[in-house]
Amino acid sequence: MPELPGLAKGLGVTFKTMINTWTKGAVTVQYPHEKEDLAPRTRGVIALKEENCTVCMLCARECPDWCIYIEGHKEKRPPRREGGKPRTVNALDRFDIDYALCMYCGICVEVCPFDALFWTPEYEYSESSIADLLHDKDRLGEWMVTVPDPPALEAGAVKKK
Amino acid sequence: MFAVTIPYWELTIIKTVVVLAVIPAGALILGYVFLLKIMAHMQSRMGPMEAGGFHGWFQLIGDAIKFIQKEDIIPAEADQRVFALAPLVVLMSTFLLYVVVPAGPRLVVQNLDVGIFYALAVSSLGVIGVLMAGWASANKYSLLGSLRAAGQLIAYELPLVLAVVGVVIQAQTMSLQGIVHAQANGAMFGFSWVGNPFLFTQIVGFVIFLAAAQAELTQTPFDMPVAESELVAGYMTEYSGFRFLFFFMAEFGTAFALSAIASTLYLGGWYQPFFKTGIMADVLGPVVLAVKIMLVAFVIFWVRFTFPRFREDQLQAFAWKILIPLSLVNIMATAVFKVAF
Repeated sequence: MPELPGLAKGLGVTFKTMINTWTKGAVTVQYPHEKEDLAPRTRGVIALKEENCTVCMLCARECPDWCIYIEGHKEKRPPRREGGKPRTVNALDRFDIDYALCMYCGICVEVCPFDALFWTPEYEYSESSIADLLHDKDRLGEWMVTVPDPPALEAGAVKKK
Repeated sequence: MFAVTIPYWELTIIKTVVVLAVIPAGALILGYVFLLKIMAHMQSRMGPMEAGGFHGWFQLIGDAIKFIQKEDIIPAEADQRVFALAPLVVLMSTFLLYVVVPAGPRLVVQNLDVGIFYALAVSSLGVIGVLMAGWASANKYSLLGSLRAAGQLIAYELPLVLAVVGVVIQAQTMSLQGIVHAQANGAMFGFSWVGNPFLFTQIVGFVIFLAAAQAELTQTPFDMPVAESELVAGYMTEYSGFRFLFFFMAEFGTAFALSAIASTLYLGGWYQPFFKTGIMADVLGPVVLAVKIMLVAFVIFWVRFTFPRFREDQLQAFAWKILIPLSLVNIMATAVFKVAF
């Protein structure tokens, strides 16, 4: 019976795991009561920093699921210098992400040239109605406080002025 | 000794009610303690923690209530009456097992002279219910599952019976009560305080009995008949609601009963060394038996939660080529020792 040592070893593994679960606790967490420690780069939900957005539409165009809806209009702003031409800026009217469609690929975050989109590790935004998964720009802006700080610079690196 | 004479019919009702209460209670306890909790802990989980407040103790009772509320679905092509009857036959086999298991010097439903023979005979009644379920379901998975179950239960019935023969030879009786007394009055090397549990002299038989019991219960690693991943629970595929609950209760009720029989045969049953007779033996008997049942059940479920499933040919080879020859050798050795000493 060459299998016997292996069988005994297997029984030992389960027994040891049982004792460890009793004494040290399980590897799982009791979710609604306690929460997991998530990695800082966890892809939970996408936050929008509205003042950085220039309505360039890059994110909406790159999105593989077409789940980003952007509308904007042009506005005149006073010129920077006395006597100059008034500036034209794009103002954001609508910025919606439909999380029912989003596949969390993060291309929009990557592609944004003005750092207006960020990953945050929050994940508790389930809804009982699928239509409520469409987050408007106010809702997306609320996630900004949960964005983790960017990783520290490497030793010797100089911060850009 | 208190001499209260109870009429026969009252006694019968009391015994029936007790057995009817013990099956669901035993099934619930085993299901909760082992299937939900010990298995979870062996996989580094906590198991149910919410239902009922304290460590999810209400989970299985809630599940049972859910099952009872469900619609009783019988497939259109099924053989209606046989389909409806099958779970009852399986549960009946479990029910009959409890008749002979003694829980104290006088706490036994019926102390039959052929107790262990009777227990093994009725435990194989369940296979008829399984075959009925598989045949009546009009489902090829169910039929395959029930045929596998029949093949397996017949194959493992043999080592189960042959393993018990060793105990019967040593105890010189087939009555379960007699087997307990034989262990209680025996002595190991002249040391008689704990009696002589047959666990030590019949260790080979004990291992064979547990392996065969595991197969009788169609538990992993012998769960080919109900293999979830290939047969979708085998003969139980078409069952739902309270009929499924009956199968579930029968499975764990039988696990409880076979653990009780194993602890009676090999661990001394209700016997503890402090009170050999009298009222205290009757009071402590069920408690002692329950502790021993839990110990045996722990071993059975420990194996269940550890090992993967046997292939069908390995399963049959294990019974016919290893367990049966081993149990025959065990019988021979026991007989030789019995005659020699």
